[in-house]
Amino acid sequence: MPPEISLPASLQDVEQVRSVRTPARLDYEFTAGEASSRFLKGITQKKIIGQRATPESRVYVPPRGADPELGATTPIEVEVAQVGTVTSFCMVNVAFYGSVMELPYTSALILLDGADLSIMHLIQEIPADEVRIGMRVEAVWRDDADIEPTLESIKWFRPNGEPDDPNVRIPGEDHGTGLGSWVGGVAPTEALIRNPRTGEGGQA
Amino acid sequence: MRDIAIISFAQTPAQRAVKEQNEVEMLMPAIHGALGQVDMTIDDIGFTCSGSTDYLAGVGFSFVSTLDGVGPWPPIQESHVEMDGAWALYEAWVKLQLGELDTALVYSYAKSSPGDLPMVLTRQLDPITVAPLWPDTVSLAALQARALLDSGRYTEEHFAEVAARSRKSALDNPNAQLAWDRPASDVLAEEYHVAPLRKSDCAPITDGAACIILAAGDVARSKVERPAWIRGIDHRVEPIHLGLRDLTVSESTRIAAEKAGVADGAVDVAEIHAPFSHQELILRDAIGLGEDVDVNPSGGALSGNPMMTAGLIRVGEVANRISNGTANRGVAHATSGPCLQQNLVTVLEGEN
Repeated sequence: MPPEISLPASLQDVEQVRSVRTPARLDYEFTAGEASSRFLKGITQKKIIGQRATPESRVYVPPRGADPELGATTPIEVEVAQVGTVTSFCMVNVAFYGSVMELPYTSALILLDGADLSIMHLIQEIPADEVRIGMRVEAVWRDDADIEPTLESIKWFRPNGEPDDPNVRIPGEDHGTGLGSWVGGVAPTEALIRNPRTGEGGQA
Repeated sequence: MRDIAIISFAQTPAQRAVKEQNEVEMLMPAIHGALGQVDMTIDDIGFTCSGSTDYLAGVGFSFVSTLDGVGPWPPIQESHVEMDGAWALYEAWVKLQLGELDTALVYSYAKSSPGDLPMVLTRQLDPITVAPLWPDTVSLAALQARALLDSGRYTEEHFAEVAARSRKSALDNPNAQLAWDRPASDVLAEEYHVAPLRKSDCAPITDGAACIILAAGDVARSKVERPAWIRGIDHRVEPIHLGLRDLTVSESTRIAAEKAGVADGAVDVAEIHAPFSHQELILRDAIGLGEDVDVNPSGGALSGNPMMTAGLIRVGEVANRISNGTANRGVAHATSGPCLQQNLVTVLEGEN
């Protein structure tokens, strides 16, 4: 039981404050950074350019400036394909603030050929309930006059007619071991993970 | 207690606005610089702890993407504080005290420039009765400065002397944002910015990053000739409501300094994290520093004030002076929150 609160006589007829609304708004000038700027400049030329730290290390698309395996900058640019494989997807049935898509629509993770990190984008030109993991898709660009330094210059991805990739590897699910999602019936553990910087430890 | 030392410190130059880089791009030179100075790599580090805040970036969980800068793979032991990096250093020190690890990397960073900083910082105030009034940082500091003047202990001339001395010291600091040599009378000739504070009484708005590497016992001795040993470290917090405390003193700093053992020996150098000139006066008194102590030879926060980072830089500046032999025992102070709400004091010492 909450304690009884007795107000002084002067406040007894005053309506109690049960909640307050204190709207707050702050505006920020967001900096894309060097790596993202180079990526976005590529987009204005209808090129998808990934970045890597060394000639052997992973290719990140979109790049954010640091290779999380090596803790290093990613100065090397690599143009990747505009076709890729759906590694996961979800069907969106609920409208949300800022949404402009007709419901339902499909949002997918797409691993572009030549990249090691999947990008998130829309899948269109196929019924939403026919989208599947392993499906091969291609980028559909806006008209040339409407190309801007934003990933929205790619309107969406659509099936490109190639057969599904049966060996699709869900990025991240194998914790980077390259051994697939499960190893010998168990999830990858730290013992399986090779240190990408020293080459020591693990099995892969 | 285990002997823990600072063996490396690196920072990026204090700049008004880093427009060309995102946070992790700005941060990486500090991390790689600190590691490279002691010939270490990410794989030599046992524990990583960072300090930053999403409110400055305007991005939720912004610290997760900057972790990429330390290569958190395979999974590392890592933690983050929504505080100045000096508190991340405290957590790393506690972690090393457990005895299971010998090294720790501490970093912090902030781009203060993307938002309207004095307005962003109102979000740390009491959300019901104070934050809705949007009282900016400078105005709150000016309330404190007015109270200090009214106490009769200090005058605006004292404020101006701190402002002038700090910028003059900063002439020797290549990482400083503001450095000049003008007399205190020039500061007093400025118009009030928010009375009784003038622009020169206030720290600049700064983007920047810093990194410190800690090591225990013989690991520290094997890496550097003269480690800066942490002899005491303590932090205290005061109530969020400004009306509940005497703004002209810093009781939390006084207690932290006492617990950290500042008075247990002579102090050669002190780096005080005072974003406003009058706060240095309050803090000097609270820490109990004598007239002979070299205060803020780096120029202090008045010469470069990267949010979440200026406190950690104070620790690094003292450590550098001990490691290069120009000081034997020093005090580093860090603050957080409005009007010196939270304070941390570290005592560092060389080995004779």
